[in-house]
Amino acid sequence: MSRVGRIFPELIRCLFSPPATVDFPKSEVPVPPDYRGKPVLIQEKCTGCGLCARDCPAAAIEMVEVGAKRPKPAFDYARCAFCAQCAESCRSDAIEITAEHHLAAYDKEGLRWVPRYEGTKEKPAES
Amino acid sequence: MTKYNLPVGPQHPALKEPASFWFKVEGEVIVDVDIRLGYNHRGIEKACESRNYIQCLYLLERICGICSHAHTTAFAQGVEEILGLEIPARAKYIRVIIAELERIHSHLLWLGVAGHEIGFDTLFMYAWRDRETVLDILELISGNRVNYAMNTIGGVRRDIDQAKREQILGMLDPLAERVKFYTDLVTSEPTCLARLENVAPVPADKAVALGTVGPTARASGIKVDVRRDDPYAAYAEIPFEVITSERGDLLGRAIVRLGEIGESVKIIKYALQNLPEGPLTVKAPRKVAAGEAVSRVEAPRGEDIHYVRADGSDHPERVKVRAPTLANLFAVGESMKGAYVADIPIVIASIDPCFSCTDRMIELVQSRTGTSSVMTWEELREYGIRWYGHGHRS
Ligand code: SF4
Ligand code: SF4
Repeated sequence: MSRVGRIFPELIRCLFSPPATVDFPKSEVPVPPDYRGKPVLIQEKCTGCGLCARDCPAAAIEMVEVGAKRPKPAFDYARCAFCAQCAESCRSDAIEITAEHHLAAYDKEGLRWVPRYEGTKEKPAES
Repeated sequence: MTKYNLPVGPQHPALKEPASFWFKVEGEVIVDVDIRLGYNHRGIEKACESRNYIQCLYLLERICGICSHAHTTAFAQGVEEILGLEIPARAKYIRVIIAELERIHSHLLWLGVAGHEIGFDTLFMYAWRDRETVLDILELISGNRVNYAMNTIGGVRRDIDQAKREQILGMLDPLAERVKFYTDLVTSEPTCLARLENVAPVPADKAVALGTVGPTARASGIKVDVRRDDPYAAYAEIPFEVITSERGDLLGRAIVRLGEIGESVKIIKYALQNLPEGPLTVKAPRKVAAGEAVSRVEAPRGEDIHYVRADGSDHPERVKVRAPTLANLFAVGESMKGAYVADIPIVIASIDPCFSCTDRMIELVQSRTGTSSVMTWEELREYGIRWYGHGHRS
């Protein structure tokens, strides 16, 4: 049942169809709204219980002293596997999984995020 | 005629069971094969012993980027068995849906790799383009293209709501059409037939004796499939066919895999349309009482076995994984006797060990004089394509 040229119609069709790839970064394929991207801490809600750090499979969360009553989670996005387990383990809904996925940085420090604490009010640090 | 030793491997960064093949060749014909395993050992099983059950899931998921869901399902099932947990029906169905999507994406990936190995790069690119549909569906459901992280001990982590279900059902039909086209193409295109038909066949008795599993066994006419033989998750309630072929050769493996994609599409449609209502998880304790369990699932490449032993703490005492490629390697080694050097890439690729994605070194050692020449995988592949192109063996 060997037939030469079975692929030709497909080849010709593809000649006139647009490319399957996109010209990143000029354009990009959108991610679904509930994409598992960067996990971010909502500081006001965090009680500092450390459950997120205990379950993080990639050791991407470190509980750090920031001057608050209890240590708070600091994220190392270079280690993060984007599994969203931290958000699931947190009982105070203090971690939000965002669709943010443009996370490239020039050095490792640029991928670390440490919570900042000022007096009685907790403020997220700049990046 | 002078005998050569032809070592292939051992570095295959893409393969989860790295192997070194030592071929003894006489001219162009392979007379003997020796397989050595144990390279690139990552210590995942040992690492599991120092992590809690939740963390283990994500670690085991990373044994393989392609069968990730199969590994977590097997592990979660094992732990649930020790705990005596019955997961909700909805979770069972969602596990099936993800498993079948994973099978489609794995088989389409294989089709592309096989096309590439026989020098049919058009097939490679088209198959991988169409595979994007499945990855999009997986991303839609789980939020990740690979390592979907859908399983947890006691159920699944994400739901598939009505809107998503309809969207997915709409994406499946065009995909099934494409698979029909590929089946027709692979079984009729002279390039495919010349490279796949009657190459390195594994007869049924050998396939049993050497313990092949999955599509490799089914292509030799053996009807084994964990989904049918020992139904887990929701497979007992979902109608499907076990695809087999009597051929035993590489073409048989292609036919079986492509046929399975069609079955997977049917299973997913059925599961989406009959998704039971209810919760996604049952509450699982963090500490698992002492006990042990063996759990198996049908991964895209065959039967995947996990053994878990718990000692009452929140981390396992022992985890053991037997992935399907290990079971298939030896039959493939056997079947190579009598095949040609030019067939090595496609025969190894035919059991789908994700072998061919990377360049690697091949050393040609002439046993009598000890001279050796070094070829990369890419050169060997081109050699194979050229060799057939010059009309040897027709
Ligand atoms: S998403 Fe996963 S890997 Fe990343 S910080 Fe959270 S738990 Fe750790
Ligand atoms: S689990 Fe939630 S509340 Fe506890 S430390 Fe982590 S983010 Fe804060």
